[in-house]
Amino acid sequence: MAKLAYSRSDYSTPDAPTNLEDITSYNNFYEFGFGKGDPAKYAGALTTDPWSIKIDGLVDRPGEYGLDDILKGVSLEERIYRFRCVEAWAMIVPWIGFPLSGLLDRVGVQSKAKYVAFETLLRPSEMRAQKTSALDWPYREGLRLDEARHPLTILATGLYGEEIPNQNGAPIRLVVPWKYGFKSIKSIVRISLTDRQPETTWNALQPEEYGFYANVNPEVDHPRWSQATERRVGAGLFGGRQDTLKFNGYEEVAGLYVGQDLARDY
Amino acid sequence: MLADRLNALFRKLPAWPIYIVGPLPGIWLYWQGATGALGADPVRAIEHQTGLYALQLIIAGLAVTPLRGFAGLNLLKFRRAIGIMAFAYAGLHLFTWAALDMGLYWAQALGDIVKRPYITIGMAAFLLLVPLVATSNDRAVRRLGAVRWRKLHWLTYPAALLAALHFVWLVKAWPLEPFVYLGAVLGLLGLRVVAKGARSASRRKGAAAPSPTAS
Repeated sequence: MAKLAYSRSDYSTPDAPTNLEDITSYNNFYEFGFGKGDPAKYAGALTTDPWSIKIDGLVDRPGEYGLDDILKGVSLEERIYRFRCVEAWAMIVPWIGFPLSGLLDRVGVQSKAKYVAFETLLRPSEMRAQKTSALDWPYREGLRLDEARHPLTILATGLYGEEIPNQNGAPIRLVVPWKYGFKSIKSIVRISLTDRQPETTWNALQPEEYGFYANVNPEVDHPRWSQATERRVGAGLFGGRQDTLKFNGYEEVAGLYVGQDLARDY
Repeated sequence: MLADRLNALFRKLPAWPIYIVGPLPGIWLYWQGATGALGADPVRAIEHQTGLYALQLIIAGLAVTPLRGFAGLNLLKFRRAIGIMAFAYAGLHLFTWAALDMGLYWAQALGDIVKRPYITIGMAAFLLLVPLVATSNDRAVRRLGAVRWRKLHWLTYPAALLAALHFVWLVKAWPLEPFVYLGAVLGLLGLRVVAKGARSASRRKGAAAPSPTAS
């Protein structure tokens, strides 16, 4: 794995990061299987070079952008973020990445655009679970434009100072730290600017359980489990539980949702 | 016949080693969890595996009667030990959830039992096993009488169904595994319906028909 050049960021949490071993062996990446260990086992089959992202929709400069092109002139930062899965486990992850807003500015977002839609690679020959109908492939996610432009929202290409391992979403993934992990879509091949809320995979599959917003919120339970508390992965057998924080502790995003009922827009 | 030879072997084997060997996987799991061999989330791994063991043992216990009826294999003498081990793993599963997963959040744990249907039915399945394990001894069989004892132990059927549903209900999306277990439970319960139908059909044919052994 190649070392990356990056700077530190004030957006990082002071908490100690979860071990690299834990971050790279405990993953939900259903393209490689349902088991937490499946991505580490099978994601090695994924070819991440060459890689390009199709950027289209309501943008001034649509096109197929090579990853090198996307990263040209971008200064990478380390963002140590809390990561909270909708399944009520959590980690601290030292991502390396850059704000999504910078990329959006480069391609020129048109004034009619209100949302950003993302798509993961569809390549059943390398992503073994895509041969099954476990999910409606390709995996899709989306953000409202103001969420996408928030400085906390990054595209990550690295982890622990090196290129991001395949099981964590190589070569480029989204990280939105105040939302449940499934919003942070991996191995992105398409970014579309749209004027209406895009359909997203989990929301389409089980709308009662997985909302479009999916903000971390201890006050709004998942229908099948409480979201009031979480378990820290890597804490060991007797690690216990801790309280979940609203917006995963990133209170600065509260302004994005003024006037919205977050129990309805979950 | 193979079945006869297997039955001769089963007659020679005692059931008590099940009580020695049965707990070993659970002890091994906790040992691995404590020494970091279960990966990033040992609590979840133990929770999942103890639940699976319980469900597998319940299914093994349910298989005893159809194996006798349809394959002529007599494993009856092992069934009590299998059932008690199923209860033990269900208990360990519950303990792991309450003590290690929920930690000190007792209010949330109790709330979840009431509010979360998959936890409610898991808890119900466990509670249904309690009278079964309490009467899994010769004294209880004598005190209750064979008929009442057998009727009480029909609680195994709803317990097995609830345990399998508990698994299906907790997963995201549609992985195959929980449905395989649910299918096994439904299949084993279905075989009993088939056997019952065959028995009443042969009874209707009159006393001349050979009567199959009751199960």
